[in-house]
Amino acid sequence: MSNNPQLADRKFIIGGFFILVAFIYIARLFYIQIIDKRYKEEADRNALQALTEYPPRGFIYDRNGKILVYNDPSYDLMVTPKLVKGCDTMALCEILEISMQDFKKRIKKACLAPNSPRKQSIFEKQMSPKTYATLQEKLYRFKGFYVQSRSVRKYPRPIAAHLLGYVGEVSKEKAAKDPYYREGDYIGISGMERSYEEALRGKKGTRFVVKDVHNKEIGRYMDGKYDTVAILGKPLYCTIDAEMQEYVETLLKGKKGALVAIEPSTGEILCMVSAPGYDPNLLVGGKERSRNFSKLYVDSTLPLFNRALQAMYPPGSTFKLIDALIGLNDGVITRESSFPCAPGYPPMGGHPRCHKRHGGNLVEGIAQSCNSYFSYVFARICDNKKYPKFVDGYAHWRKAVMSFGPNTKLGTDLPFDSPGNVPSVKYYNKTFGEGHWFANTVVSLGIGQAELNLVPLQMANVIATIANRGYYIIPHCVKGVGTEKYLDKKYTEKHYVEVQDSTVYRTVIDGMQRCFDAGTGYPERIPGVVACGKTGTAENPHGNSHAVFLAFAPRDNPKIAVACLIENAGFGGVWAAPAVSLLIEKYLTGKVTRKKEEERYKAVDLINKKNLLTTESH
Amino acid sequence: MARNSENSLLFGVDKITVFTYVILVFMGWLNIYAAVYNEEHQNIFDTTQKYGKQLIWIGTAAVIAFSVLLIDAGFYTVFAYAFYGFILLLCILVPFVGREIKGSKSWFGFGGFGVQPAEFMKFATNLALAKFLSNENIVINQQFRLRLRDIIKNYKNTFIALLILGMPLLVIKVLQDETGLAIVFVAFVVVLYREGLSVGFIIFGLLATILFVLSLIVTQTMTLIIVLGCISLSAFLFIHRTRKNLIFVVLIFGAACGVVLGTNYVYEHLEQHQKGRIDVLLGRGEVDLKKEGYNVNQAKIAIGSGQFLGKGYLQGTQTKYDFVPEQDTDFIFCTVGEEWGFLGSTIVILLELFLILRVIFLAERQRSPFSRIYGYGVAACLFFHVAINIGMTIGLMPVIGIPLPFFSYGGTSLWSFTILLFIFIKLDANRLLILR
Repeated sequence: MSNNPQLADRKFIIGGFFILVAFIYIARLFYIQIIDKRYKEEADRNALQALTEYPPRGFIYDRNGKILVYNDPSYDLMVTPKLVKGCDTMALCEILEISMQDFKKRIKKACLAPNSPRKQSIFEKQMSPKTYATLQEKLYRFKGFYVQSRSVRKYPRPIAAHLLGYVGEVSKEKAAKDPYYREGDYIGISGMERSYEEALRGKKGTRFVVKDVHNKEIGRYMDGKYDTVAILGKPLYCTIDAEMQEYVETLLKGKKGALVAIEPSTGEILCMVSAPGYDPNLLVGGKERSRNFSKLYVDSTLPLFNRALQAMYPPGSTFKLIDALIGLNDGVITRESSFPCAPGYPPMGGHPRCHKRHGGNLVEGIAQSCNSYFSYVFARICDNKKYPKFVDGYAHWRKAVMSFGPNTKLGTDLPFDSPGNVPSVKYYNKTFGEGHWFANTVVSLGIGQAELNLVPLQMANVIATIANRGYYIIPHCVKGVGTEKYLDKKYTEKHYVEVQDSTVYRTVIDGMQRCFDAGTGYPERIPGVVACGKTGTAENPHGNSHAVFLAFAPRDNPKIAVACLIENAGFGGVWAAPAVSLLIEKYLTGKVTRKKEEERYKAVDLINKKNLLTTESH
Repeated sequence: MARNSENSLLFGVDKITVFTYVILVFMGWLNIYAAVYNEEHQNIFDTTQKYGKQLIWIGTAAVIAFSVLLIDAGFYTVFAYAFYGFILLLCILVPFVGREIKGSKSWFGFGGFGVQPAEFMKFATNLALAKFLSNENIVINQQFRLRLRDIIKNYKNTFIALLILGMPLLVIKVLQDETGLAIVFVAFVVVLYREGLSVGFIIFGLLATILFVLSLIVTQTMTLIIVLGCISLSAFLFIHRTRKNLIFVVLIFGAACGVVLGTNYVYEHLEQHQKGRIDVLLGRGEVDLKKEGYNVNQAKIAIGSGQFLGKGYLQGTQTKYDFVPEQDTDFIFCTVGEEWGFLGSTIVILLELFLILRVIFLAERQRSPFSRIYGYGVAACLFFHVAINIGMTIGLMPVIGIPLPFFSYGGTSLWSFTILLFIFIKLDANRLLILR
């Protein structure tokens, strides 16, 4: 073949074509390597997995440093459905002891909104240590699955369930709103776990690990340059006295009601019991938790309901203390004032009624809890000449009452407290018509009935205020957060009520002391302790009256102020006072001398009407 | 020029080509090391690892290169057909007497190593083609005619040339079922073109490819309408309406119809994985990124994630942790793309391009047609490998299992490319002696 010079020019076409292709390739590389960022992200998704590290939740201690809540390790099996492929489903089902159908159902659930096939969701919650041990060895075979170590709450003493609250999976709404939480994370749902969630939870950390195509962990990404360390949850030191809490809980077994004890000088809640309660250990764990929860939820005695904070009760006769304080402070009565008793309130034909015909001064009125007496006091406060119009007198009374805490959320550090109710002028104007109601129309407010409602915590606050002679500190259950024991300033501020005159307090407290010495609280007097109390019987439209008892002790420099309410238990001196008196004795003297009474009270089951006390008096 | 230097081994050897070759082989080895790398095996001479084995292959390739240069250039001309015949025979025998490796029947086994005779078919075919075309009496017809009489008369030699290419293609495809190794022989059409094959064939081939793709992307009917439209428009605008031309137009349209209708037949008769690869390339229908689309998608992810400067040597997460399949052989370019980034990838492409253009440059300076034709064969063969191999990793070509020259892991392919290239280097070194 000859060398045809014409054909030699084809070298340019061939060479040109080669160069053209090379440049097309380079352009394409430019596009996928520099312009299109998608591949970079895909690569990260391929090989990088962000593992969340959950720090253990902070422990909770009582006021004496005893542990109330600690943690146990637990393991959740997580799944990313999109990554599950060719995995030995049978083996996994065997380990978890679930059926194939179950397996498919769970995968499906993990795919559906709000979960996503690309996101991790919980496949099996809180596996037993044994299951975890078996699974851990074979985990690499189950692509798309991995184990997340968590911790579950443990309670060495089965007490204070309402107060401590419980931890559960975060709600969808919360997870959507708060970027910190991801579906499946745990969060404090009630009680202190909820209020102090941010301190207790600590901060999640993230660890980036490199995985190969078989989902095997190869190592840390960039030697952990982008990892964030999990920060431990802070410990919580609370004001609760575990021993007292436990004692009261045993006292209130078989009763419905609540007891709140406060250290008046600091506003620290010493114990807060809502009965019936439950063992907080019931509401941890995976499967058991939901089973126990629904069991408690349908229980007719409402064990999940925190009566101490949420149940609104009429305060009954205990409210007479506030009337007496306001009356004395306004000068509408004196220590020596006395009023007729029919028995009952004569202007209204003997209503409200009294058990017997009372007499005597204010101290006696308090000690004997004369309804008629305090109906007069209430009427005098409202009809005070200082206020030309009755409604202004009423509004003054209401304002003074509210300064003690009722009808407001006290601002305690526990969630879901109810405000209670002191009816407003507007309310009665609507009910009776403007100008158509007078002191006597609503006179039962004066003895703590009608629309008046307080929650037990507010009752305790009232008695603590009286113990402090005129001020209160917002009741709270945390002494300090974290090792530095940080406490919000609002839990050290004094709130002064409308009544400040110390002689006024002396008079009322004299009456309260006499309640123990010779009045309605006489059977519950405490040996060696000068206690001041007030009984109450709160009528309620739904059944038997509730028994109420407020007390503080000792009279000088009070160390403890207690409010107790037992539902449908009748007269306060019989059913509420023993619990209060026993607690005060135990708290102040460290022991209970009245063993017989203690045993009798513990044995009483008001819910099932067993071992009822046989008391003739009152 | 001193006589003893004329006799020396390296006399006249094009150092630029050899140097480029060495760089490519070295870079290839670095990337194989990166692709197979793991912290537990770090000894580069560990022959249980692929980079260790590749060192052996490189060593033996150097020996082969020297041997090729040692042998007299005339040897290759004289024994061109013998090589061709012998290796073709091996290719026919290998499915029957060879060793089966990974389901492929294209290997002869020697101890722990395997050799694919089909790889060596490349240089043998190139030699045979060069020998045939360099015959003084043989002329490849340069005109594009469609009359049967002309075709028989004028294209006899073209047919024989095509037969030289077609035989190994058929043997390797049909007997060994190695599409990747077989399809390479198409590349030699470039040589025919350089030696005078009418541009009409090339255009016809290109058009057929376009139609094939078009009728897979849109529907057949649509394609035919487009073709009819184009032909009528060009006939109306550019062609004298003579009877001859009319027949010509009808024939063209008939051929187009044949291609378009044949497309479906060919496509339907492809194997499932081949269909899948075409689907992936053309983005047809639902491509499952976990199945047929996996390789290409992972390859693109690896390369794309390299960005401008790459993640750094041995820092690639995609290649190192086995996300990309066949990353040390056919998908070696992914390692380059991920760890060396756009910069490194471009350098590799330009190096390969430089080598190919250098070979063309050398081919053009040959006085002997044999050397020139052989040179073009080398360039075409290398180009085809580079274009398909890199093209498939960046989604521009269907996935065909052929290696990246001098880069991919594998002894046979390195040997075969080395022989292919160094025969040409020897021929080039000899160019001045030939006419003396």
